[in-house]
Amino acid sequence: MQNESTKKTIVVALAVCLVCSVLVSATAIGLKARQQENQRLEKLRNILIAGGIETAGGDVDALYREKIESMQIDLAKGTVSASMENVDLKVALKKAVLHEALSPEKDLAGIRVRPRTLSIYSVREGDAVTRWILPIAGKGLWSTMYGFIALDADLKTVRGLTFYEHGETPGLGGEIDNPQWKAQWNGKMVFDEAGSLKLQVIKGKVDLSSPQSKYQIDGLSGSTLTTRGVDMTIQFWLGSNGYGPWLDKKRGDG
Amino acid sequence: MVTGRGWIKNAEMANPMKKFTVLFGPIFKENPITAQILGVCSALAVTSKLETAIVMSLAVTFVLAFSNLSISAIRKHIPGSIRIIVEMTIIASLVIIADQLIKAFAYDVSKQLSVYVGLIITNCIIMGRAEAYALKNPPIQSMLDGIGNGLGYSLILVIVAFFRELIGSGTLLGHTILPLYTDSGWYIPNGLFLLPPSAFFIIGLIIWAIRTWRPEENEE
Repeated sequence: MQNESTKKTIVVALAVCLVCSVLVSATAIGLKARQQENQRLEKLRNILIAGGIETAGGDVDALYREKIESMQIDLAKGTVSASMENVDLKVALKKAVLHEALSPEKDLAGIRVRPRTLSIYSVREGDAVTRWILPIAGKGLWSTMYGFIALDADLKTVRGLTFYEHGETPGLGGEIDNPQWKAQWNGKMVFDEAGSLKLQVIKGKVDLSSPQSKYQIDGLSGSTLTTRGVDMTIQFWLGSNGYGPWLDKKRGDG
Repeated sequence: MVTGRGWIKNAEMANPMKKFTVLFGPIFKENPITAQILGVCSALAVTSKLETAIVMSLAVTFVLAFSNLSISAIRKHIPGSIRIIVEMTIIASLVIIADQLIKAFAYDVSKQLSVYVGLIITNCIIMGRAEAYALKNPPIQSMLDGIGNGLGYSLILVIVAFFRELIGSGTLLGHTILPLYTDSGWYIPNGLFLLPPSAFFIIGLIIWAIRTWRPEENEE
């Protein structure tokens, strides 16, 4: 067969594609279990990091079992649900039985649906909870960003923010992983005296002399839309359609 | 990006029996980065730490070896009209496999390398070796050429990463070498070395050193 004939061209193209696709799918399927295990550990690690627990070198599974407690809450009512079954935020956003639709004007984070119940996490020392770790998700520029916001036991002070999965541009929006940027969340206030949600990511640098600075986080330069996504994620999840009802109840209790 | 001298020399290399030259030539004499000035982009991006540089080097060497081997194996059957696209398909598949392997076995590093593993597809060295070498030479020799060029790329990456991590963070592979003043040591790290331009300076210095040592490498 002539190398340049149409028939040969098609045969070679098909053969190359067939071999390549078999190789690629075999690798993807063969390694899937291992990759999912990595992702599961990554999530646990991020819960621990959000909880302020050093994970370097430690056994993530063991540390998690030792330090972290999870509970399920009903988002709309703000009550603790009796269910013992863990509800992962990412799974809840995908499975139709686990969520309800959000109307567009309520959907600040761009996730379209809201889980009915959701697992939240707490770090305990003795009997007292020292931190609450709340899963959050919201649309950035390219991707849905999944992460956690950690609140102090007073439920007013931020202790940390971390994303464990996102597809933002490395070097720009991807800087939401930058430890320096993440560090400034620690100590910021979520609510003002009147109890309204004030925490926000602003455009540009926070003016530290301003009385508002305790509520404000620097925007990331070069990634206006990712920054906006993080801000909207915060507004949604800490607002009345997110953890608001639970936060109100919890503060009312004590 | 394809005008380096080594490019032309290799393409015209006549004696097929010199496996030693094929394997070791590209590491020192015709290094893809310093002599052919290929693959510089990724050398800037992944060299702020030694660990990422090593994983990236392994990935590129793996892709280069097998893309050269498989392209050379079917070189007599590739129709000229779809030559480039066939090469790209093979290279892209190998890159996906490398990426999946890194995600499974070196998850932390894969997060740091992020898109740069996927971007191996566009690394000029791989396409360059396929076009200049694998299409004209038998499979085993092509594979050696791929490994040689991969190791040449790796050598420069590791040298650059060594200096960037040492000067920029005072560590090597994450172990403290120069205790930082923030941890009550004495070393004040040079932040410039964590930024991509520093890789340009280091590669520039390496090229300058090589061309001073071997004036015959100089371009007209």
